Amino acid sequence: MSHATTLAEKIIARAASLERVKPGETVTAKVDLAMIHDSGGPRRVAPILQELGVGLFDASKVVLITDHFVPGDTPEGASILRFTRDWAQQQQVAFHDAQGICHVVLPERGHLRPGMLVVGGDSHSPTGGAFGTFMFGVGATDMAGVLATGEIWLQVPSTILIEWKNQLQPGVSAKDMMLFLCGQLGMDGGRYQAVEYTGSAVTALPMQDRMTLSNMAAELGAQVGLIAPDDTTADYLRSVGVESTDWQRWRTDPNSPVSEKHCFDAAALTPQVAAPHSPANTMDIGDTPFTEIDVAYIGACTGAKYTDLKSAAELLKNQPIATGVELLVAPASLQDQLRAKQEGIMQVFESAGAKILPNACGICAGYGTHRLAANTVCISSTARNFRGRMGDSAAKVWLGSAITVAASAIAGRITDPREFLMDGGSGGSATSNTSNI
Amino acid sequence: MSKTGRIYLLGDNIDTDQLAPGRYMKGGIEQLAAHCLETVRPDFANSVTAGDIIVAGRNFGLGSSREQAAQALVYLGIRAVVAQSFGGIFYRNAINLGLPALLATQLEQIRDGEQASVNIEQSTLTVHTLDPAAVGRIISLQRVPENVHRILIDGGLVPHLKKRFTSANN
Repeated sequence: MSHATTLAEKIIARAASLERVKPGETVTAKVDLAMIHDSGGPRRVAPILQELGVGLFDASKVVLITDHFVPGDTPEGASILRFTRDWAQQQQVAFHDAQGICHVVLPERGHLRPGMLVVGGDSHSPTGGAFGTFMFGVGATDMAGVLATGEIWLQVPSTILIEWKNQLQPGVSAKDMMLFLCGQLGMDGGRYQAVEYTGSAVTALPMQDRMTLSNMAAELGAQVGLIAPDDTTADYLRSVGVESTDWQRWRTDPNSPVSEKHCFDAAALTPQVAAPHSPANTMDIGDTPFTEIDVAYIGACTGAKYTDLKSAAELLKNQPIATGVELLVAPASLQDQLRAKQEGIMQVFESAGAKILPNACGICAGYGTHRLAANTVCISSTARNFRGRMGDSAAKVWLGSAITVAASAIAGRITDPREFLMDGGSGGSATSNTSNI
Repeated sequence: MSKTGRIYLLGDNIDTDQLAPGRYMKGGIEQLAAHCLETVRPDFANSVTAGDIIVAGRNFGLGSSREQAAQALVYLGIRAVVAQSFGGIFYRNAINLGLPALLATQLEQIRDGEQASVNIEQSTLTVHTLDPAAVGRIISLQRVPENVHRILIDGGLVPHLKKRFTSANN
């Protein structure tokens, strides 16, 4: 007799070489891929491997990406990058140096496939869940253990199904879905279990917007943020040179036991913003108090992928940004930036007076050349507005989608992007984009 | 019987940027630890002493995967963190560094500055009120899972794996 099984359970059972696993049980799973970056990677794991007196379990299953200390703007940061590059060469691992933020570079370089169990040395590792990959974040010692043994222990999570029915309206995006969920469920609503997103509004999203849903499973406190693969996934994978032959298999069976089920109407969702200092301080943009801004930031793995840049540029063309507002744009990957350049999107940002920053984590994580000063008010397309994260602890960061950041930069205050879509005659938005990236 | 330490009582959602601010990440752990929790508790790093215990609310350690959030607490000598829930990555990081991250539900009566001791085997937190004549109150903790306990007993994941690799070689 076969049991109805969730996607999370199927992947863990496969990786743990067990016929079946149950939520709550502790298992040891084989890791299919380990992703590390320059901050939590070589500089932290190399000394531990040395202490253990062992090497990598399998260099072909390790991917190293530099993104935190890029562009090496301080002597310490440059030394860390140097150490990272030397280690990559010694260990002969796949290495993507200064190509963008790890969570965006990893799939665009064809490292992810549905059904894999992947650990990442970064908290936004759930991003990989958009590909039907069980990918979760770990710290440096955990990672060193994985690199030494090729295994990791985990408690099998239960599944929290989140269905989004109907379709998003123009000007409303995946980021708004996630800010809304943070407000509804709270930053511990995910209980370190497996969130899985389903429904017509989810399947309508291109891969990069799905990645935003999975990415911010971290802000829900979930271990992973899964989306079952479909034709959109298979098309994306093919475009990056990956043939997945068994993707149909990686899905939650109907009537699988789950621990929670939520259903929301995407058509009723309006743009959302999160007030300082928590992603869970969410409100409809229409309920926002009058808030003038100093800095508008389009950046990070959460909010500066190609689809985010495209949606922001649609508002910014022919619209100057408000006097006194600084617009900063850090495209999430070099490849996304080049594509945006080919399509005239980067020129829109430049004409609007934006400052273009490196393809790196940058301000979002308190790295790079820019910081927010005391009492600065910023609206940001990033995932976290914790006090002090992006600069001075007296800076105030609001979160919104890339298109909401663009609208706010034009108006000089937090503004509903739909105000511009209505009179601009633009029928499209990030969410009606049907390209496969 | 384990030694007592001072309780530092914190609220919900203490995040990793409060524990290990990103702007000090390029420095060593000494520098980072000096800024640990300064945005919520400016006196913390200076006043904390070895053996002290953190008692917090929900979702302690949410946010980044940066292990330095737990490492800073180890460096400052924190004996254990007792909370209603933990950020999943922080929880693993703490255990991996040998820092007991212990779950409990009945934490409402605990006050900042009280003395307490933890007993992991018995799953208890014994709190002594500020009045030395009063008897300690025993608060039960959720039992630590067996595999986690084994890592804690060995002092963290690295010594735990060392044992494994050593025995594999013998």
